[in-house]
Amino acid sequence: MATETTAAAEGHVSPLALEEAGKCVDSHGGAIGMPQLCGDWMGNQIFWLVVTLIVIYFVLSRIALPRIAAVLAERQGTITNDLAAAEDLKVKAVEAEEAYNKALADARAEAQNIVAATKAEIKGEIDDAIAKADAEISAKAAEGEAKIAEIRAGAMEAVKTVAKDTAKEIVAAMGGKADAKTVTAAITARMKG
Amino acid sequence: MEGDIVQMGAYIGAGLACTGMGGAAVGVGHVVGNFLSGALRNPSAAGGQTATMFIGIAFSEALGIFSFLVALLLMFAV
Amino acid sequence: MATDTHGAEGKGLELVFHPMDQFIVKPLFGDGGVGTFTITNVTLWMALTVLAIVALLVLGTSGRSTVPSRVQSIAELAYGFIRKMVEDVAGKDALPYFPYIMTLFIFIVFSNFLGLLPGAFTTTSHIAVTAVMAMAVFLAVTILGFVKNGFGFLSVFWISSAPLPLRPILALIEVISYFVRPVSHSIRLAGNMMAGHAVIKVFAAFAPMVLISTGIGLLVTPLSIIAITAIYALEVLVAFIQAYVFTILTCVYLKDALHPHH
Repeated sequence: MATETTAAAEGHVSPLALEEAGKCVDSHGGAIGMPQLCGDWMGNQIFWLVVTLIVIYFVLSRIALPRIAAVLAERQGTITNDLAAAEDLKVKAVEAEEAYNKALADARAEAQNIVAATKAEIKGEIDDAIAKADAEISAKAAEGEAKIAEIRAGAMEAVKTVAKDTAKEIVAAMGGKADAKTVTAAITARMKG
Repeated sequence: MEGDIVQMGAYIGAGLACTGMGGAAVGVGHVVGNFLSGALRNPSAAGGQTATMFIGIAFSEALGIFSFLVALLLMFAV
Repeated sequence: MATDTHGAEGKGLELVFHPMDQFIVKPLFGDGGVGTFTITNVTLWMALTVLAIVALLVLGTSGRSTVPSRVQSIAELAYGFIRKMVEDVAGKDALPYFPYIMTLFIFIVFSNFLGLLPGAFTTTSHIAVTAVMAMAVFLAVTILGFVKNGFGFLSVFWISSAPLPLRPILALIEVISYFVRPVSHSIRLAGNMMAGHAVIKVFAAFAPMVLISTGIGLLVTPLSIIAITAIYALEVLVAFIQAYVFTILTCVYLKDALHPHH
């Protein structure tokens, strides 16, 4: 500013002029202009900033970051392990289920086999018994039939005899003389008819 | 007298410099609005682009901050 | 003006304090000047930052528990956040530089938040502080770029995807923007922090208006208190976002150094 001297004489002093003169605060301790532009303070700030950044860098790189990385890695490992264990257990559960199903199927098949065998056995027995009974029945029936035939034959003879005798008697009573041969023939013919 | 004129000029300049902040506001609004309309069209791609949006906001907002800085310099440092 | 304000006792309607007073560096002990090694309020608040960082990242994780406590999960969250940012933005081969980036981020975020305490001194609001960090990033990235890629690093300015006649012009623009990087990088952070704190202080100066003039004061005082609250909330957001932006830009610059071919 070209008018610094005159301005100062009139009571207005440019803050830049004061800062150039090495003053950043007024007599009351208040700010002149922008404290950010005060060159006197920059060295101090830069020095402490560098110190702070170096301290933070060492705290982070020596202690904090490796520790957090280790914790995160450990957690990742734990999670992976747990997941693997869960996977194993799942596989085992599936295997157990398969074994159970297999045992169940086996038992069922065996039961069916036993049932089929028993059924076949029982059927055989029943068939045998039926066959035996049938045989017995037919034997009995044949016997009965033979008897009936015998009885019938007997009865026929008896009827023939009776009829012969009766016919002879009737013929005799009528006053004829019964020819035995003729009577027999006639009776036989009648009986057949 | 001359100092007063200088001071007046500085204050007028500070006020004029502050209009630049309006431009930055428009710019930031533009960035976010366009990001949002794009994000609503394709929400699955939006997540990866938020960082880009913030960089865009930072660039356009920095210019508003520069004009504010000019205003501050005129107010307090000249 | 500052000079007017402090010379204005008894004038009535004047700012009781200067909005820039909060940025003054003063010695903690004695009234002497501020030399390079003087213990000042800068020292105090940077030491508090270090203590807070140690409390969170060292004491908080001392349990090393698999199921983390609250503090430990915050520490792990910060770790994972920055690590993922470095990996996503700068690539996997940038992970060796993760501790440096984490140092920057954690320092900035803690300084910003500690600066929000009433009466605190905000170290990151000073251009000297942020400029040192930005210059450190700039120099480190440039040197790293040349060490890793040799003169191939210069291809960062030569955009091979652009049409050939445009390339020299683009290269000029790229070179300029490359050298403006540390300026914008530092002023963005310092400017944001200073702006927010100065605005809060300006509203705070209006808040006791009711003591001076009841009529206007009844209107101005509640408004300025509401405004302080709102700006404070915004500043909490800005404190984090600026730390995030500073860090992510560092990652972007680092990516340019490691992979200069666009």
